[in-house]
Amino acid sequence: MRTIAFIAVTITAILLFRGMSDLPAYGDPDAPVNAGPLRTHYVNEIETETNVPNLVTAVLADYRAYDTMFETVVIFTAGIAIIAILKGLTPLNRPGRPKSEPDDLIIQTTCRLLIPVIQIYALYVLIHGHHSPGGGFQGGVIMGASFILYALAYNLPSALERFSRKSFLICATVGVSIFAGFGVVAMLLKGEFLDYSALHQLGLGKTEIYARYHSMLGVEVGVFMTCTAIMFAIYSYLSTRGALKEGL
Amino acid sequence: METLLESFNYWVYVVLMMIGLFAMITKNNMVKKLIGMSIFQTAIILFFVSLSVPGSIEQGVTIPIVDHSTHHDSHSETTGDLHAHEEPPKDEPHKSPEYIYANPLPHVLMLTAIVVGVATLGVALAIAQVVFKNYGSLEENEILKRISKIDG
Repeated sequence: MRTIAFIAVTITAILLFRGMSDLPAYGDPDAPVNAGPLRTHYVNEIETETNVPNLVTAVLADYRAYDTMFETVVIFTAGIAIIAILKGLTPLNRPGRPKSEPDDLIIQTTCRLLIPVIQIYALYVLIHGHHSPGGGFQGGVIMGASFILYALAYNLPSALERFSRKSFLICATVGVSIFAGFGVVAMLLKGEFLDYSALHQLGLGKTEIYARYHSMLGVEVGVFMTCTAIMFAIYSYLSTRGALKEGL
Repeated sequence: METLLESFNYWVYVVLMMIGLFAMITKNNMVKKLIGMSIFQTAIILFFVSLSVPGSIEQGVTIPIVDHSTHHDSHSETTGDLHAHEEPPKDEPHKSPEYIYANPLPHVLMLTAIVVGVATLGVALAIAQVVFKNYGSLEENEILKRISKIDG
């Protein structure tokens, strides 16, 4: 088995090395990726079209918004799938497992001081995503991590008191709905689906450019909510085998 | 030799990808297979991100975030100095010409890939938990043995 696998991997590697000669050299400005019309448009026009300096955010939330919307749906579906898979699973009895230890004062105090800072930083990453690396996904993951840290330092039930099963499911659904809602509202205002410049008629920004600018933040908030909720849902379900009790 | 150095990045990705593929084929333990899958994904993410680089740092290539700091500096200088108003306006007020921005599209695509990777990994781990619950093992050969016992 091992030798067959090794031969197969070697053959694949040789094929890939052969194909490498057709690929552009590292950092080649004339490579199709860099010389093509798409990059030229993105690099030259995004600032005037949307007023967003972070080109990645602009492409993610505006030019490829359809892609990003379904990406949000993918993580939402993954969260629902994990909940569905682990729902009926009764937890194993692990006899060798020690009784839960008394809570550690140093860890809990550190986390109590640290978690608010982490959450503010998550909101900063979300809101400053137009001007620096960041955005809904990154901020959402940091926010989710803060809840996971809380669950690790205290225990899962007290984390679930703060962010219960019901509320994270609602949060995830609302996040996806916000994203889709921006698209539907744009359609109702006689624009195309997710064409934010139509939202200018609602008074979202002075000009169409600012309508796109502000809509991107709104959409990122939706992504942020879904990402936070699903990250915590994945952790809480995986760590307890669907029981949502005890935890790690 | 020169071509080898020019395509050094591709060598790294091929090696990483093959490590991942080898782990996925040979490892018996399901979690180890998933680790292999993650290494495989990382190789592809690195490949895409490296494609977006249009030159070297010495040439002024930066991350795809338009820099306003140089523009603002020159603006404050012009307001401070009265004679500077007579200078002809710049053709491109938004961008400082010395920067070349990387292509944002591969970055966006890889952001998608990372998120999808996390989602698939989570679902895979959930399925692994169900498998462990039903068969009492995560080793592939053990599971196959138990399945054939149930069938026979």
